[in-house]
Amino acid sequence: MNIIVVGLSHKTAPVEVREMLAVPESRLGEALNRLCAYPGIKEGVLLSTCNRVEVYAVVDEMESGYTRVQEFLADTHLSLSSEQLTPHLYWHGGDHAISHLFRVAASLDSMIVGEPQILGQLKDAFEVALAHKASGVILNKLVKKAISVAKRVRTETKIAEMAVSVSYAAVELAKKIFSNLSEKTVLLVGAGEMAKLAARHLINNGVRHIMITTRDPHGALELSRRFNGVPVPFDEFRREMAEADIVLCSTGAAHYLIRAEDVQRAIRLRMNRPIFLIDMSVPRNIDPTVGTIANAFRFDIDDLEMRVEQNREERLREAAKAERMVEEEVGVVRQWLKSLEVTPTIVALRKRAEEIKQAELEKSLSRLGNLSPQERGLIEGMASAIVNKLLHGSLVTLKTEANSASGSLFIEAAKRFFNLDDETTSGRTEQLPNTGGQSDAHQPDRPVPVAGRSGPERASAQDMPDEET
Amino acid sequence: MPVMFFMTTMVLYLAGTAFSLAYLLRRSEALSKVSLGVTGIGFISHTLALITRVMAADHVPLASFHEALSFFSWALVLVFLGVELRHRIHVLGSFILPLALISLLSAAALPKEVPTLEPVLRTVWVHVTLSILGTVGFAVAFVAGIMYLIQDGLLKSKRFNILYTKLPPLDYLDYLNQQSIVLGFPLLTLGIITGALSAEFARGSYLNWNPEQTWALVTWVFYFVVLMGRLTVGWRAKRAAYLTIIGFAGVVLTFIGVVLKGHGPVA
Repeated sequence: MNIIVVGLSHKTAPVEVREMLAVPESRLGEALNRLCAYPGIKEGVLLSTCNRVEVYAVVDEMESGYTRVQEFLADTHLSLSSEQLTPHLYWHGGDHAISHLFRVAASLDSMIVGEPQILGQLKDAFEVALAHKASGVILNKLVKKAISVAKRVRTETKIAEMAVSVSYAAVELAKKIFSNLSEKTVLLVGAGEMAKLAARHLINNGVRHIMITTRDPHGALELSRRFNGVPVPFDEFRREMAEADIVLCSTGAAHYLIRAEDVQRAIRLRMNRPIFLIDMSVPRNIDPTVGTIANAFRFDIDDLEMRVEQNREERLREAAKAERMVEEEVGVVRQWLKSLEVTPTIVALRKRAEEIKQAELEKSLSRLGNLSPQERGLIEGMASAIVNKLLHGSLVTLKTEANSASGSLFIEAAKRFFNLDDETTSGRTEQLPNTGGQSDAHQPDRPVPVAGRSGPERASAQDMPDEET
Repeated sequence: MPVMFFMTTMVLYLAGTAFSLAYLLRRSEALSKVSLGVTGIGFISHTLALITRVMAADHVPLASFHEALSFFSWALVLVFLGVELRHRIHVLGSFILPLALISLLSAAALPKEVPTLEPVLRTVWVHVTLSILGTVGFAVAFVAGIMYLIQDGLLKSKRFNILYTKLPPLDYLDYLNQQSIVLGFPLLTLGIITGALSAEFARGSYLNWNPEQTWALVTWVFYFVVLMGRLTVGWRAKRAAYLTIIGFAGVVLTFIGVVLKGHGPVA
């Protein structure tokens, strides 16, 4: 039993290759069925996003497993030959495959390190694999572990906390001025893409009141419907500015739309409550001298970009912390996998011994004829004692050595000494639903990853077109 | 016994302050946890120090500057622990704890003897307690004001450093400033009233315009104006921060003046 991953990502393949290989969600099930039909492939999960296509599989034998999965990938797209594909692929086996999965889930392998979508995508891929019974005991455990590792990384490092897009940096700044965005009002001036995106982020972060003004009155009306806001006539917005806590400005105007005196008056009317102005237009629409007015905080696109750049560096620092966590968690899973191997061996060994004992007892007892219950008990006790004492040392050794480097060698040796091959295999197939055909084995696990998806992740995933496609 | 607790408290507050200051400069959340733990133990020890002192001496509590300062420091730490546990603003400790430490060290430097009071002044501790609690409110407003001005300056100059990431949002600091005054001002008012009553009993006059009484009234008027200005004409944000810093600086200078003049009892 080996865990492997074969795939390609934004790091190894250009978008032309990635899009050819990408499997749409509607055809994911069919692809998984095809994958599991390959001989020697016991379990499979197929992760297909715009930045990566990866197959995680449990295979009998590592080398042939790599070949099979590669064949599978080449078959996914007819016009893509194996020769064209191979240079873009990477292969990982064992611990490396597990740590790769964890790194992907924790968004350490993403184009934008720390972006949140990949976790949702992995959950979706896992859900499909479960529905098609492609995933079994081992991948179930690994993917669920990957999800919990990702969450741990998310909570214990600041990797996902920092804004890495200009529009999101505006939200981050707003949160340093206002503690409760849901009580704040946003004034959107102009219909520039960046400002609309920032407005969308602000709404996702709790803002409920939004006023919109554009030079073209129809534009304001249309945007108001989309953002559930209030349209404001363009020649009046300076007066309305006193109502706004946050002003997002992005128009095509070639001059300053908001001057220092406009802001001064607004602040006076606001009784000195701070006002946060974001100028996302080039050329700028807010007079830079506004920044010198007390309680007015003005930022332009360069300021936001500087913030994004700083956050990128910070994220890389946090990523190093996350890598250590991944290593730690791979260790935990490694232990589990090893115990998985030793347990069926021990069970088989006990069973074999018990069978021999029972057979020999029956033979002897029937030959001895009439025995008192006391004598029977004595003989049975002796047989059990011999068997247990003989096995004891082997079992203890197996259990302790299972976690050592040569653990698999000991298990292999035990199997050969006691001629356990058949039992062990059957013991394992019981646990692997797709080979043994016992589908209920993984049922109890199902709801966990599906229900575990949280709302904010989803929301941010949908509304960050500039973060990741 | 009280001295032992007092010394332990000093050491623990010193450590708590050191850790909280280190937290300001380092990207480590653990430092603030250590600081909080050490300060928490220090606070228990401080409480024991105050209780055992009162019980051992059997005298009117809070009758000396030593005790007043020690109590001020205790109440400040109490407020910090309350706000920290409720709002999790770790960085608050980096600003309040140094103040509590300075106050405790000043207490240590002052004579610990208990002045003998005329029997009529035996209820003076009510006046002192209320006045000190009011002053704690002004101290927290002062700290919030300093934090406000720092964050305001960092935002204005676009310096997004570690301090920027750790300081809470501006409007939270303004809210903290406001709440501290709103709670501190009535306490000071009650403190002044009870003080006047004590004076009436002891000396037969409510007010004899000695420097302490004059300054207490000036302070009261100042904070009254600050509070009214906020509620009516919008003296909030930066202006409120400046005013509360000036106000508390005045309180501290007055106190130093009174101590240096060598007045015995606080009353």
